[in-house]
Amino acid sequence: MKVVNQLTPSIDGKGLMMGRHGYTDDFADKNALIIKVMRSPHPYARIVSIDDAEAKKLPGVELILSYKDFERRPFTRAGQGYPEPSPHDKFVFDEYVRYIGDEVLCVAAVDEATANKALKYIKVEYEILTPILDFETAKQHSVIIHPEPEIHEMFPIGFKPLENVAASYHMHIGDVEKSISDSEVVIKESFYTQAQAHSMMEPHTVNSRFDYQNRLVLYSSTQTPFHVRRIISQALQFPLSRIRVIKPRVGGGFGGKQAIHGEIICSAVSIRTGKAAKLTYTRKEVYESSYTRHPMRLDITLAAMKDGTLKAIDCYVLSDTGAYGEHALTVFMVAGSKVLPLYNKVDSVRFYGDVVYTNHTPAGAFRGYGAIQGNYALESAVDILCQKLGMDPILFRQKNMIKEGETSPIFSIMGEGTEGTAMNMDTCKLDYCVKRGMELIHWNQKYPRTQTKKDIVEGLGMAIAMQGSGIPYIDMGAATIKLNDDGFYNLLVGATEIGQGSDTILAQIAAEALMTSVDKVIVYSSDSDLTPFDVGAYASSTTFVSGNAVLKAAETMKHQLIIESAKALGSEFKDIEFDGEIFNDSKHQKQISLKDLSNRLYYNHDQKQLMVTESYVGHKSPPPFMAGFADVSVDLLTGEVKVNHYVSVVDCGVTINPKLAQGQVEGAIIQGMGMTLYEDVIYTKTGKLITNDFMSYRIPTRMEIPSMTTEFAESYEESGPFGAKSVGEIGIDTPPAAISNAIYNACGVRITSLPITPEKILKGLKKLKEHSI
Amino acid sequence: MLVNLIVNGQPRSIEVAKGEFLLDTLRHLDYLSVRRGCDSSSCGVCTVLVNGKPTPSCSLLTVRLDQQEITTVEGIAKEAEKLATHFGHEGADQCGYCNPSMALTVYAMKKELKKPTLEQIKAYLVGNLCRCTGYQAQHIAILHYLEDQS
Ligand code: FES
Ligand code: FES
Repeated sequence: MKVVNQLTPSIDGKGLMMGRHGYTDDFADKNALIIKVMRSPHPYARIVSIDDAEAKKLPGVELILSYKDFERRPFTRAGQGYPEPSPHDKFVFDEYVRYIGDEVLCVAAVDEATANKALKYIKVEYEILTPILDFETAKQHSVIIHPEPEIHEMFPIGFKPLENVAASYHMHIGDVEKSISDSEVVIKESFYTQAQAHSMMEPHTVNSRFDYQNRLVLYSSTQTPFHVRRIISQALQFPLSRIRVIKPRVGGGFGGKQAIHGEIICSAVSIRTGKAAKLTYTRKEVYESSYTRHPMRLDITLAAMKDGTLKAIDCYVLSDTGAYGEHALTVFMVAGSKVLPLYNKVDSVRFYGDVVYTNHTPAGAFRGYGAIQGNYALESAVDILCQKLGMDPILFRQKNMIKEGETSPIFSIMGEGTEGTAMNMDTCKLDYCVKRGMELIHWNQKYPRTQTKKDIVEGLGMAIAMQGSGIPYIDMGAATIKLNDDGFYNLLVGATEIGQGSDTILAQIAAEALMTSVDKVIVYSSDSDLTPFDVGAYASSTTFVSGNAVLKAAETMKHQLIIESAKALGSEFKDIEFDGEIFNDSKHQKQISLKDLSNRLYYNHDQKQLMVTESYVGHKSPPPFMAGFADVSVDLLTGEVKVNHYVSVVDCGVTINPKLAQGQVEGAIIQGMGMTLYEDVIYTKTGKLITNDFMSYRIPTRMEIPSMTTEFAESYEESGPFGAKSVGEIGIDTPPAAISNAIYNACGVRITSLPITPEKILKGLKKLKEHSI
Repeated sequence: MLVNLIVNGQPRSIEVAKGEFLLDTLRHLDYLSVRRGCDSSSCGVCTVLVNGKPTPSCSLLTVRLDQQEITTVEGIAKEAEKLATHFGHEGADQCGYCNPSMALTVYAMKKELKKPTLEQIKAYLVGNLCRCTGYQAQHIAILHYLEDQS
């Protein structure tokens, strides 16, 4: 291959480094109205009255909107396909506010100072209600967070709002109780994961205006432009055909921009005023009033025989979706569906639980999407079991984990909101990943621990993981390729570049198939008027789903080119060979270049535009796999943990762009490490999120990163474009368990709640000491 | 108030409110490479050079910068392009939101430190947060850029 799997710099990196315009706010109208949102100071309250008379008198205040200005029409902001597997439980504005930071009303004014001043002039009287701030008490609590009658599920997801349950689920294979009682060694543990915040560098940003055709045009920093268009139309009853959503360059998403944020409010302001408007979240709003990862409690029971044969996995999950149910069911499902198949040889599995409402910041999609929570619990539990078995955790995994050619019944049972899709693991190089990782981390020399200094111990730990590649039979992507005069192409895709490099890798796929270079494939992505449909950037779907669409389109284009060249040369289709530049009929010694053919098509003979569109929807979702290894130091005096080295060996099929794939893995490893060690989420007793800026919410800086070694297994996935699977999420899954296992191996302390802070370790060390006396 | 700034070597006179921050002034003047990531001077995305020193523009009052030299990435285009080439080779660019400000900081570091070590580079750039890359590829690219004599 000439372009795919080769070193190819991103097509946009230079322009972005040089500061060229490109992000949402760069396209805001200079005189756009500035929108500011008043946010609830109470975790749960009913709005009794709003007095905005003074604010309205302020010069420069254009519009104030509250629940009184909208019809009550529930929808979900989740940004998923339709019908959504998330409950329709949100109104543009509501009489009730359900968390500190929830939307009360908005002001649109000529400038920011005026908008802020107006907010101060508005008096809102609340009836304060008792909130639910502990998700373990939410189910069937006497307080009901969503009593409103209009809300509903789109299809059965176990939605029971009167019990504060946004979704629930139960599945089992075999008789779990029996397998457990028949087993020789059983362990049981509960794990807690926190509400990690995406912390993308570009805050949620949107701007809107009416164009000269009187259509509503939005620029939005979103991962799902087509869903955004649909949801705006639903929520505001504004014709879909009059909305254009353009996704320009996006400054990071990680799932946080899958859902709708300010788009509806911003559109409403433009619709009512006819004027341009913009809404940019403050960093505080990004933390308090967008979405987090779903915090979870996972109760795991593992049962095995003394020889290390795993017999049963029993997993109960309680997930906290916060005030609204975006992605409630599906994130919960993935905690099972993309974790449990790792150990596919068990006799029985049970996976069940509830997703409950609380009066906290809502949870939504976040890279890893349940799999990271499930992985932390299961892969920690496996090490706990190995400890009890007295077995090397690597030997245990090698014996029990899924292998190439095998399958798991989980795949057909658990989908995302509906049933799943049965599939065999046509590519699964986990075996290699584990072996190679052991070498790179020097497992045999260093496991389990080495004492480097008097008070410093080093430990090794590892975990295995899997993810998916899009949602089969649901996620669809389409691509259009247009031939231009002079013989270069435009590639139009709905696929959504959010910094992960999709524009580049899709151009590579097209270039490879058309045997040309990346600079001859000009990409334009994610504009609801101009590009074909795509569900957007989520569920690790772009390389696999959109990539397959691009490959199909490129092949169809090639076919058409050969037809046209045959016509031009007076040859037969079968006699033409095309090398990307020249169409050669060697039999009759005739040839024409792509450049001449294109110019002929547009200027001289048989004039016609060559343009093809192809679509793709997956019939399976081949999982990428990886083994992650952590080498950590624990300071026994301070409880501080340093990750010295992190080894990732990944099977994501063929890497379309090896360096960008490595970037996806390493960026995700550091986000996963952040969740494991630093990113603490603190709510006050009254439900206020106080970790709401970069100082109180600590994402990893340059100083904390370990050295990282990242390698890819040789692997070719038949169903993927040029053998590729996905790579966007898999990297984030292993750090919590691998680091936590390494800490245990270093100092004997097992931490079962994230993040693993020095305080927790010191406490654990103290306990160990007490026990040993 | 009328303030006279020197932006990328060009004198720019502009009427600003007393409490206006340089970040907003520069964006009004269409230096859109200067971007906002936070409200607490803690992300580094808005960094510009003030008389050659990397400084978060979100925390500088424009009125206090009369006659000062401000450099945005547009003012160091050649160096930024060179750095970008090395980023491209390492796959160190992702969303790019943090990149112009980082280019400016790297440029200032190159002038200030002779042959900085990896640890020195990390320390110099610690205020430039990046949520996408995991930093390692950036550091490799920066080391290559510093060695690049072209
Ligand atoms: S915008 Fe974050 S430091 Fe200035
Ligand atoms: S590349 Fe996205 S924040 Fe650095």
